[in-house]
Parts: sequence; structure tokens; C-alpha cells
Amino acid sequence: MSASLQKGINALKEVIDAPVASYFNSCVHCGLCAEACLFYLETGDVKYTPIHKLEPLRRVYEQEYTLLGRLGKMVGLSKAVTDDELEEWKELVYDSCTMCGRCSMVCPVGNDIVYMVRKLREGMAVSGHAPDGIKGATKRTVEIGGPMGLKWPAVANVIKKAEAATGVSINVDKPGVDYLVLLSSMEIVNYPEYLEALVKIFKKAGISFTLASDAFEATNAGIQIGASDIAKVIVSRIINSAEKLGVKYVLSPECGHAYMAIRWEGPNLIGRPYKFEVRHVLEVLEELRQKGVLKMKDKFKEPLILHDPCQIVRRGGVLEAPEPLIQTVAENYIPIVDKQKWNWCCGGGGGASAIHTEEAEALRAKAFRIKKRQIEESGVNTMVTFCANCRIVIEEGFDHYEMNTQLLGLTELLAEHLED
Amino acid sequence: MNEMQFLTWVRGPALDIAIGIFLLGVLWRLIEIYSLGRKVDVAPGRHRDGASGLHTVFRRSVPPPGMVKRSPVTYIGGYVFHIGLAIIVFLFEPHIILIRDLTGLSWPGLPSQVIDLVSVITLGAMLVVLADRIKSPVKRYLSTFSDWFTWTLTFLPVLTGWMAVQHLLLPYTTMLALHILSVELLLIVLPFTKLFHAFTVFGSRWYLGKINGHRGVPV
Ligand code: SF4
Ligand code: SF4
Repeated sequence: MSASLQKGINALKEVIDAPVASYFNSCVHCGLCAEACLFYLETGDVKYTPIHKLEPLRRVYEQEYTLLGRLGKMVGLSKAVTDDELEEWKELVYDSCTMCGRCSMVCPVGNDIVYMVRKLREGMAVSGHAPDGIKGATKRTVEIGGPMGLKWPAVANVIKKAEAATGVSINVDKPGVDYLVLLSSMEIVNYPEYLEALVKIFKKAGISFTLASDAFEATNAGIQIGASDIAKVIVSRIINSAEKLGVKYVLSPECGHAYMAIRWEGPNLIGRPYKFEVRHVLEVLEELRQKGVLKMKDKFKEPLILHDPCQIVRRGGVLEAPEPLIQTVAENYIPIVDKQKWNWCCGGGGGASAIHTEEAEALRAKAFRIKKRQIEESGVNTMVTFCANCRIVIEEGFDHYEMNTQLLGLTELLAEHLED
Repeated sequence: MNEMQFLTWVRGPALDIAIGIFLLGVLWRLIEIYSLGRKVDVAPGRHRDGASGLHTVFRRSVPPPGMVKRSPVTYIGGYVFHIGLAIIVFLFEPHIILIRDLTGLSWPGLPSQVIDLVSVITLGAMLVVLADRIKSPVKRYLSTFSDWFTWTLTFLPVLTGWMAVQHLLLPYTTMLALHILSVELLLIVLPFTKLFHAFTVFGSRWYLGKINGHRGVPV
């Protein structure tokens, strides 16, 4: 056994806990989880059945933590997990799983499949079986500061533009304010309007905030790849900065995986609660709406639907904010059938959008057909969402299928129609 | 060994052994699984009504929206045979008497004609889910020896019990003895196969509800 494989198996042994054991023992092979997974549904390929994606983890569990499994391993009845097998599973654990968590919503015995995918990735990452695309993003985050290799000057540039556009001067590294605002690289590069929108709304609401030059990146590639030690290093940058500045809140950007990382995984990575509170931007906006601060001067007229990003809504628990917010700004909001916690993934979450092999991209395009159908069935030309990663993946899908649907970001849409 | 001796043996020592293995097996497996424990989640939770372990234990008994349409055989077949099994096991008079003898607890049962009908329906539903397992690509792909084996071990007690009552094929005493034997096999195998979901399903749903409920998501 190679040293890296041994490390991988040890990592798996470490992450196996009572829920995992309970889940594997409960599975009745009914196959219903497949019916919830966009990768199975859009390809019809049985290997994409969610519980099957966990086979290496199941075997390690059985062989290490059950009496019968240990006996089976001793007499050679059950074979050990190999490097070749993990290499084969790479596609199942990363390319074809966006950690959207929809499978966990339907399993009749209550298996939290995505909880286990997250754990299996720990073993995949240390044994060297993560995709190059995600490895690269992780390396850039550790060495440079963000998954796309962005440095502070790029952010400073976006800040300057937002200042010019709004006429508001934006604090940097200022202690004692209410909010530390985080961004995701994708927002900095592709959707710089987000910061502008936020500045406009926060000014109106009288909320003080700052950005931090040593902690602007909210996403956490360590979590995507499945390396908790790296994830901890990355999240600690934010924690240290926020606690040093003494802010009350840290504002998670729209980006879903960033929210999961900073709000839910972070405290567990460092082993204690933070000295500040983490809030998702939509939670703050919804609170402002309820207080009557978020008044619109006019409304968006075209009919539109909402794409609820998995990590913010179904997994992150920001369930109730999106709808009232969209209704505030849109005259013609059309609720779709599978909405809120039942929404379908864009197909590029969980780090998948960072994998640029031909096969992964082809698979992503196929999986996107489920989103395409949702749009077509609703008969609208506009979709609104609130995650930079979803936006990029969806726009790629639009290009691929030559759709002329327009995609808008919720925060920006709100800011655009905000009363002056 | 004649029929009577066979019956006496399955009813006596064999039953004791089977129940013994079953009880010890269940206890062992529960400890093996749940003593692994889990780390407490130190992220401050979000409260939302309906999001908890207990809610999910119940909620998952009901099909999620749209799922029955996607997989009707799995749901309808699954419900029918699970409910059928429960009715037969717990509401057939002779079973209640056996339970009373073993534990002292008893309750009223259903008329035997009703149990008869339920048995036929249950057997039918089990055949349908078996056919579905053979036919459906996902189920066939997931299936291992254990799936076919445990199906057989669940089917046999219902079949032999029904045949004994109907006086089919073999003399009553022999069929009854075979029925009891098949139940004993089932009891012995249950803790060590996927049949153990009968116990872990509660723990699994509870963890699922609890872990997601911490983030405020009712699942
Ligand atoms: S839905 Fe649940 S029980 Fe059914 S195959 Fe998937 S994990 Fe197993
Ligand atoms: S988390 Fe989503 S993508 Fe991954 S297996 Fe489950 S349903 Fe499929």
C-alpha cells in the first residue's frame, strides 16, 4: 500500500462517526436517492446513484468498524480499497457531485448522503485523488489568497470603482465598525457590481462596514477539496482579522459555498464559536426590508423565476429571505415547482466548476438540462439568483445551449431599484 | 425425528437460540454503531420550527413532494409490504398469544380472514418489489447477494405461515414447523444484514434531522 493511500484510509477512519455507521447500516438499496440527483437523472447512468458514490467509504467503515467486516477482511472475503479504485471514484466524488444535498432530502431511511460525501473527500484529498482543477484552486488559495489567484490590488481596484460609482468612501481595515464585508473571487472578477450594490444599500440603512486587506476572500477551497487542515488555515484568516478589528458581524457574500464555510464549518474547524456573528447578505437585506429600510422606487416588470443556490438555501438554511426580497423588487415573480429547499443545483457547486477536463465540462452541460427545463417550463426570460458561482455556471449553460435568458443577481437587482 | 418432534424442537430450543442470537446481535450491533459517537457542532445553531431530529423521524415516513410519481412501485410496494408485515406480525391472534407467553403483554387481534387477505396482499407486494429490483437499472446495480437473500428470508415466513393456515402443500404440523424455522432464520440474520435498518432507521433519521436542523433546515 502506498503511503498516500494509507494516509487516505486513515483520514477516512478518522471521519467515520456514529451517523455514518448508522447511515450505511440503514441503506436498503432502494435507489430513491438516484431520483433526486441531477447527474443520474440527466445521464441515466446508474454509477451516478448517490449512495454508490460512497462505496470506498462504506468499505472502510465495514472493514474497520464492524466485527463481520473485520472477519471478512481477515479471510479475504472483502477486498481493501486501492489507489486504482479511488482514482476511478474521483469522477463520482467530485465531477458528478456538487454536494447539493438533494439526495439527503429524499432517502427514506434518512441517510445524509452529502454529509458522507464531504467526509469521503477528506480521504480522497490526502491520498492524492482530487481533480487537478480543485487542487490548483486550493493551492492558489493557500499561497496567494484566493482560488483564482487574486491579490489585494484587484480588490482595491473594485473598491475604487465602487467609490466612484456611489460617491461613498469605503473603509479598509477599519476597526470597531459593525460589519466586516467578505467577497468571493468570482464576484471581484465577474460581478464587481455586487460591492457597489452593497455600498448603496448599507449607506441607506446607516450600517458601518469595512473590508480587510488580509481577509477578503470568503470561499474556502480547502472544504471543496476535502482537506480540513487547509480549510482551517483559510478560515482562520477571516476569523483573526474579524476578531482583531472587533467587528460585530461578518457578512458572507452571496456565494453559497463561502457561506457554508464561514457560517457552519468554520467554528468546527477551529473548535470554538467565533467572537462575532456571521450573517448572509440576504438575511441582512431581509431584516432591512422588514424594518422598512429597503424601499423600492420602482419594480422590475418582466416575469422572472428564482434559482435558490443549494448551499445558501437547502444546506445553509437561509430559507425564508429570498422570496419576500424578490417580491419586493419584482412585479411578476413566478414561483417554480421545485423551489427553495427543493431546488435543482446549477450543476457546478462543490468545486465542480473548477474542474476543466473535457469530460467534466460535458457532464456539467448535461446536468444543466434540468435547469434549462425549469426555465423553459416556467416560460420566462429572466432568472434571478444569489451566488456568484451559480451565476458563472448558469451563464456557461446558457451559452452552451444558446439560450437568451438573462440572469440577474438579487442584491444588485435590489440596489438598482432602491429608492434614492 | 417425526413431525411432532420437529415442531417441538423448533418451538423450544431452536426458538430460544434464535431469540438469544437476535437479542445479543441487536445489542452488539447497536453498540458497535452508536458508540462511535459524533463531534458536537460548535457553530451557533439556527432555530426553526419543524427542524429537529424527532420531526425528521416522523417526516421521512411520508414521501417527499413529487417522489411517488418518480418511483411509484418503490413507494406503494414498500408501504404495502411494510404495513402488511406489521399487521401480520402484531395482529394475528396466534402471534399475540406467543408474545403474551414471552412477555406478558397482549392486545386484541384481527379476524383470521383479514390476516389471510393481508398475507396475500403482502406476498403480492413483495413479489412486485422483487420484480422491480430485477427490472429497475438502479436497484439492480445496487443489489448484492444480501439483497436477494434478505428478500427471501423475509418472504418465507409470510409464505409458510399463510400456507400453514390454508393447509396447503404439506401437513399443518410440518408447515407450521417450517414457518417457525423460517422466522428463526430471519431473526438470526436480521442484526447482521440490511434488515437491521428496522432498528437503525430511527437513529439515521434522527441524526439527519438533527444535523440539518442545526442549520435551521427541516428535512
Ligand atoms: S435512498 Fe437511501 S436507502 Fe435508498 S439506496 Fe439511497 S441511500 Fe440507500
Ligand atoms: S449531493 Fe447532489 S450531486 Fe451529490 S449525490 Fe447528492 S444529489 Fe447528487
